[in-house]
This record gives sequence, C-alpha cells and structure tokens, in this order.
Amino acid sequence: MNNFEQYRRRFLGGALATAGAAMVPGLMLVEMAHSRAPEEAVSSKNRWGLLIDTTKCASGCTECVTACNTEHGLSGKTGPQDAQWIRKVELTHKKSGAQHSLPVMCQHCEEPPCVDVCPTGASFKRADGIVLVDRHICIGCRYCMMACPYKARSLVHEDLNDTQLAHMPRGKGCVESCTLCVHKIDAGENTTACAQACPEQAILFGDLNDAGSEIAQRLATYASKEIRADLGLNTGVRYTGI
Amino acid sequence: MQIINREIEGNSAGYWALLGGLGALILIGLFAAYNMEHHGHVITGMNNQIVWGLPHVFAVFLVVAASGALNVASVAGVFGKKAYKPLAPLSALLAIALLAGGLAVLMLDLGRADRAIITAWEVNPTSVFSWNVVLYSGFFGFTAAYLWTMLDKTAKPFYGFAAYGAFIWRLILTTGTGLIFGFLVARQAFGTALLAPKFIVFSLLYGTAIYVLVLMPAYIWGQRALGDEVLRRLKNMLVVFIAASFYMTLVYHLTNVYFAKQWDFERFILQDGGIYTILFWLGQVVIGYLVPFILLVAPNTRNSRSMLMASAVMIVLGALAQMYVTIVGGQAFPLEMFPGFIEKSSFFDGEIHAYTPSHWEWMLGIGGTAIALAMVVFAVKVLRILPESLADDVVDPHAKK
Repeated sequence: MNNFEQYRRRFLGGALATAGAAMVPGLMLVEMAHSRAPEEAVSSKNRWGLLIDTTKCASGCTECVTACNTEHGLSGKTGPQDAQWIRKVELTHKKSGAQHSLPVMCQHCEEPPCVDVCPTGASFKRADGIVLVDRHICIGCRYCMMACPYKARSLVHEDLNDTQLAHMPRGKGCVESCTLCVHKIDAGENTTACAQACPEQAILFGDLNDAGSEIAQRLATYASKEIRADLGLNTGVRYTGI
Repeated sequence: MQIINREIEGNSAGYWALLGGLGALILIGLFAAYNMEHHGHVITGMNNQIVWGLPHVFAVFLVVAASGALNVASVAGVFGKKAYKPLAPLSALLAIALLAGGLAVLMLDLGRADRAIITAWEVNPTSVFSWNVVLYSGFFGFTAAYLWTMLDKTAKPFYGFAAYGAFIWRLILTTGTGLIFGFLVARQAFGTALLAPKFIVFSLLYGTAIYVLVLMPAYIWGQRALGDEVLRRLKNMLVVFIAASFYMTLVYHLTNVYFAKQWDFERFILQDGGIYTILFWLGQVVIGYLVPFILLVAPNTRNSRSMLMASAVMIVLGALAQMYVTIVGGQAFPLEMFPGFIEKSSFFDGEIHAYTPSHWEWMLGIGGTAIALAMVVFAVKVLRILPESLADDVVDPHAKK
C-alpha cells in the first residue's frame, strides 16, 4: 500500500468518524423529538400544533380538506348541516384587495372556550394540548359550538350509516371537530393528514414545546399570528403571511 | 274578610276540553322530540351555523318567564305587601310549571337527550350550563317549599326562609340564564355581562304578563270574583317593567353603537337584518313595548280588562320576538375571525347564516309551553291555589276606591 493509499484510507476513516460523530446529536435530537412511545402516557412535555404558511397555500386548492375527510370518514358534503372539520377560507382585504387563502380548523387553544362551557366535560384538552370531544358523554347541547371563536365544530345531524372508521368513532347527535389526527400521534406517526397532503408543504406539524423542532424554530424566527389573538386563548395553530 | 283558597271544581266540559287540548299539544311536542331523536337534527332547520334555533327561543323564554312569574309572590313574601298575598300561590305554581316546560324543551332538543342525566354527575365548574343544573334544581326546591309554606299552615314557620330563598335564588337563576350568552366571548351579539341584568328585567315583564294571562281566564272561566284592585296592581307592574325592559334594550344597543367594532352587528340587527330587523322593531319594540305601554297608561284604555289582556298577549309575542332576535339573530351574524377582510368559505364564513325553523321545532316549543299550562290547569284543581274571591274588599279592604 503506497502512501497515497494510506492517506486516502485515513482520510475516509476520519471523514466517516466525523460524519458519525456529527450524526449522534442529530439522532439524539430525533429520539428526543420523537415524543413518546405509544404505550407512554400523554404528558404536558409536548404541545402539539400546526404552523400554516399562508404564502404557500394556494387559492382554490383543497387537498388538505379532502385528505382530512378521507382520513376521518367524513362525507365531504358542504351543506349547512354537514360536518366540516377543516375548510379553506379565502380572504380579501376590504381596503387593499390583498388576497390570502388558508385552512381553518380547531385551533387547539390552551384556554379553550369549548372546554370552559361544556356541561359534562365531554369537551376536554389533553395534557399534550389536543382539544377533543369524548363522544361517550357528549349530550349534543351545542354550547361548545356557540362558544368556539373559530366555528370549528360540527354537530352530526343524521345517521352515519356505518361510514365510520375504526380509529375515528363518531355519533349522531354528538359534536365533533379536528382531532389533530390524534390517532396518528398516539401511534407515534407525528403528523396529520392535512400536513401530509399539502402539495406546497404549507402546513407544518410539530411540538411547540420542543425548542429543537422545526415548528418551534420557525415560530422563533418568523412573525406568526393566532386567529383572534385578542381573546388570549394561546392557540396551538399559528399562521404566517397574514 | 278572610281569604279562602279553594280548588276549582274542574268538572265542566270546558275544563276537560282545555286539559285535553293541552294534552294533545304535549303529545304533538313529544312526537316531534321522538322524530328529532330518531332522525337526528337533520329534520330541523338548525345547522352548523345556527346551532340553537326555535326550541331555544321557547325554552329560554319559558325559563326566564318562570323566574319572573315568581315576582308576584316575592312582592308578598319578601317585600311584605299584603295585597299580593292571595296572589302568591299561583305565582309560585306558575314559576315551577314554566320552568318545567322550558326545561322539557331544552332537554328534548339535545342531540343526545337520552344522555341528559349525565349532567347530574359529570360536573364542569366553569360551565354556566353545569351551574344551571344546580340553579334549576334549587329553584324547583325553594319555590316548591315556598308554595308548601303558603298552602300548609303547619309549615308556616318556614315561610320567610322559603320566600327569601326563592327570591334570591331566582335572581341567581336568571343571572345564570343571561350569562349563558354573556360568557360567549367570541360572538358580537353576546359577550357582555349586561345580559345578566337585562334578562332579570325581561323576566319580570314576561313572568308578570303570563301571570295576567293565566289569572284572568282562570277567574272568568271559574266564575270567581276578580276585583279591579288586583288588576290595577298587575297593570302598574307591567308598565314599570316595560319601561325597564326598554331601558335595558336601549343601553345594550347604545353601548354597541359606541364601539366601532360593533357597528356592523348593530347595522345588521337595527337596519339590514331582514327578519331580525323586523322582529326587533315591530316585534320586540312596537308590539312588545310601545303598544302595550300606551294601552296600559292611556286614559281611555288603562282601566279596560280586555286591553290589559291584549297587552299581556302582546308582551308575550314581543318576548318571543326578542328571544328570536337575541338567540337566532346573534348567531345569524357571522363570526368575525379576520377583521378588515372579506371572508368566504364552504362553511359559510363571512355570510349571514340562513335559518328557517321546521314544523318539528314549532311542535316541540309549543308542546313545552303546553306542559307548563297543563301543570297549572291540573294543579289548580287538586291544590288550594286560587282564592275563592279576589274582589277588592277581600284583597285589600283599605284600597283606594
């Protein structure tokens, strides 16, 4: 083996070692960011949320809506009595005419008005910030729908005729809304159907409590907004570009 | 002269026809409730925009009127006005009956009425609805106790306690009813503590009007003496309560008009809201306040019994209009999520929400009202609720002639 060959081997070895060493903290970060094992209890270590970049969200595109409907077994109909967990809102500024397009769903508030008003505790917030409806004790009083500032909730107005999916039980006469794809999170997938489906990657899912997560870093770097921030609800869903 | 309360005979064809008619209306209401449960709310006009519709208009009206109906009894039991004492048992009975009717509508309109009992053990201390479970039960309890102390001489020692308890409880109850809406932070129509006193004042008007509407036919059909003195007092109360209700309405809207962010909502209710604008001006203000006020104070009509009756009917119609404007109108105006922007979506964001009540909702609401009235018609036959005579010299021998 000549000197050059030895040098080449040392170099490659060194490079591999450096790359390996560089990957260790990255892998550790992945491990840390990987929330929790499915059998581990939900905890307030995590605060799941979404960051929506409205500059990427295309007007007229409803891929996220379709994906949500498919994921949760919703009909996709848009009559006044049909359930919609996520909808695309088109905004036009009254003065400037500036236009924006963005998805609106349950904002998973830290101080959710729906939870405050629910007479049975069916509306509840998990330790990891996900706001849900317990279909076993929801009495269908719709007080949460009156209280929600985001019009995020729907009442199931008619029989579902076995269109339900095993991971997302629903019920006639009960109120429902975006679950932040809790079944995916609990299975360790750590994403949502809408985020996966967005062709522009305008929806970013992540852990707001994890300073190393992309969502937390983007929130720390760029200006973002909460819808109805004046209400002080500290939403888990944030927007940039509006 | 001693006041003697006695059951009505209740054997006439008219009595049974009345009870039978109310029974039929109750069955119609229950039939509607069954269908709403069986098919779901899809058969109603309610939707994901107007989530509380006509059943809530009836239910909240009846619940608010219930606490107001107790007013006559409170004037006797708490404020010590003797002339109102003979009127008190009917007042307490009406309060119980109206609350029962209102709650029946509220419960049967639930998406899962079969689960209503869950509210008894799954308590959420931050929910006004959860408080109301306690408030409604307490109101039944205090008012029933109050009625008992009036009807049973052996219970006399508890009279004062029950009277004060029921009075304080009714104020808390209607505060709770107002705050169902007052604590809705997100909606332009609600989110103000003013709704609590406003509902209390409204309750005095609505409850007293219903009291008149029950008392007068009861004495005419029962062929018992009903003097002018009693009616004069009730009329005077109505006049004061109309003025107070108008004042609360005025303050509410003036406050909104002062806040620029509320202008669109006020323009909607007062000017451009179609059915809601008509119901506000023609229903609540003209029929509910203005015409009855004039009829009750104008020299030509103020002593007329038929005009008092007509005024009470108009006040109730105005009350239903007010509830419709407050509850449905408050939801028809869209949530403003993005101030300064025109909003558009498949979920009707930024639009005035449409609502047409279905016949099922009318049936349920009227059925609940019939429950309240049937309870009264039944109770006056089996309990000593109504004085044999409410002639002037019986009620208040020293009254000015």
